[in-house]
Amino acid sequence: MSILISHKTRLLVQGITGNEGLFHTQAMVSSGTNVVAGVTPGKGGEWVLGGKIPVFDSVKIAVDATGANTSIIFVPAHFAVDAIFEACDAGIPLIVCITEGIPVQAMMRVRSYLDQKHTRLVGPNCPGLLTPGESKVGIIPGDIAIPGNIGVVSRSGTLTYEVLYALAQTGMGVSTCVGIGGDPINGTSFLDALALFEEDPHTEKVVLIGEIGGSDEERAAEFIASHMSKPVVAFIAGQTAPPGKRMGHAGAIVEGGSGLAADKIRALQSVGVKVATHPEEIPSLL
Amino acid sequence: MKLQEYQSKQIFAKYNIPIPKGRIAATATEARAIAQEHGSRVVIKAQVLVGGRGKAGGIRLAKNADEAEELATQILAMDIKGLPVRKVLVDEAANIEREIYLGITNDRTARKPVMMSSAAGGVDIEEVAHTSPEKIIKSYIDPLLGMRDYQARDIAAGIDLPREHWRTFGQIARGLWQAYTSCDATLAEINPLVITSDNHLLALDGKMVLDDNALFLHPDLAEMRDLDVEAPSEIEARKYGLSFIKLDGNIGCMVNGAGLAMTTMDIIKLFGGEPANFLDIGGGASSDKVAAALRIILADRNVKAVLFNVFGGITRCDEVARGILDALKEVKTNIPMVVRLVGTNAEEGRQILANANMITAITLADAARKAVAVSKGGLIE
Repeated sequence: MSILISHKTRLLVQGITGNEGLFHTQAMVSSGTNVVAGVTPGKGGEWVLGGKIPVFDSVKIAVDATGANTSIIFVPAHFAVDAIFEACDAGIPLIVCITEGIPVQAMMRVRSYLDQKHTRLVGPNCPGLLTPGESKVGIIPGDIAIPGNIGVVSRSGTLTYEVLYALAQTGMGVSTCVGIGGDPINGTSFLDALALFEEDPHTEKVVLIGEIGGSDEERAAEFIASHMSKPVVAFIAGQTAPPGKRMGHAGAIVEGGSGLAADKIRALQSVGVKVATHPEEIPSLL
Repeated sequence: MKLQEYQSKQIFAKYNIPIPKGRIAATATEARAIAQEHGSRVVIKAQVLVGGRGKAGGIRLAKNADEAEELATQILAMDIKGLPVRKVLVDEAANIEREIYLGITNDRTARKPVMMSSAAGGVDIEEVAHTSPEKIIKSYIDPLLGMRDYQARDIAAGIDLPREHWRTFGQIARGLWQAYTSCDATLAEINPLVITSDNHLLALDGKMVLDDNALFLHPDLAEMRDLDVEAPSEIEARKYGLSFIKLDGNIGCMVNGAGLAMTTMDIIKLFGGEPANFLDIGGGASSDKVAAALRIILADRNVKAVLFNVFGGITRCDEVARGILDALKEVKTNIPMVVRLVGTNAEEGRQILANANMITAITLADAARKAVAVSKGGLIE
């Protein structure tokens, strides 16, 4: 029923003893996720959530002890890059980084390193992954989506919730929702997520939520034309954004005439993708 | 964050990039004194963070100290594209034989830094990229390895730089790479890099843009921020950790999340209205942050309606509702307000606002339609 996460996910939370880490660990457990360990350097040996989840000093020790196969990162931007390297070097195949505000040059080094390993990163600056009714590795409110056959991939947070909510209101369910994040350099691109949805037997249609900045949507359009048999519906945010201004997300900026919403919409429409004029229109286009 | 030319060139000098002798002046008298020290022709350059300074008359050549004072007086009185000129750079004038472009920037598609150079320097590089992309020589840099010397040689050869300059060019390229990495820049460029008539390479103009996300690593650079380029409301918003951008329309928007904030602007436009701002109050916003945001929106006299669009996740709708009420106690206003609360504690939020005389909406489309209608003086049932 899903991509990337499922009932087989054994989750480790990096930064589990922080406010955010603890709050969202509770929420993930409530959404059915099997959280097996937490890591906070210096707090190894403690337990959280009423003694249910053990805390370790390092990712390596936690993996050895619990067999964790996925990590989620809640540590501040200052330490997040190190946390990604640590999880990668401990051999974790899937890392989800929620942290916002990681410097872009540091992210380029991370990407360059991960590209040589067998590790997938989702994010940073993202809401993570949700397979409704089964597993959640992130911060998407678990109760706004229902299980189903629509794959959702998005650069945004609350805009994604809006779309999940609109789908649920019309009785449409989601296989997996992938928040790839709003930074200019990220681990998983639209293209990666589309390829996974195309292969997933339980996903029948895909919703792509893009925004201004970069050319990831244009490359997604090329991929859809050449590799995808499943229908894709899209929405692109930022048509009214002024050029040269960063619209909240580090990656949401029109620079030197490139990254415009209009160009992305044109590229997607030219390969047969239906593009919604606003989020609540998406269900009717599916 | 953009740095001024003089700030960029100071950083270049630190990394052994040759720059003209020059100093910054805030008054015409200072400009005169600097020109006198140079004892030669000088260039007076307006320090403002917009392109097209030259065309606007913000860069002038002075033959002597008298002329320097006169031109500095004129330039310091100028506004260039709406920005006041507060400082001028007084540089020793160079005799230019040839102009080159050299820059390093982040390539989002390649996910790597790229060094770019062109024999067509001194002009807008984006224009060159559009009209004759073959004139730009590129070399992608592995962020883990850093720039290698051979890459600089390849570029020098690619732009037909005479061999006698390759060594200095390599030194400049390495310096630019060091400036780019040590400052966490997203752009470091020399335009133009010139060959002078006495056969030296010299960085005549410089530009650096720094990564806002990395400023916490560079407090000294963060202090260089020029507040002139930002609207006062944007500076105020930053104090409260709000992401705010002023626009020209008349419907104020308060939204949680950047993507949803952009979408809210777009849907206002779709239904025939004009957004007055982009505003993301962020995740988990407290009521005093919401109150600050509302004050900032209402301080804009163009605003004829306000649209609140909150999709509660980490953010709780009741907390937002309390913030709205708090702000309305301080700021008395007759401006109509449309509220849409969905998600975490939405019902509690609606109850808190029940007596606040606000227009409510359930869907985003409905909220936008109502906001557009009231912004045009229409009434809502």
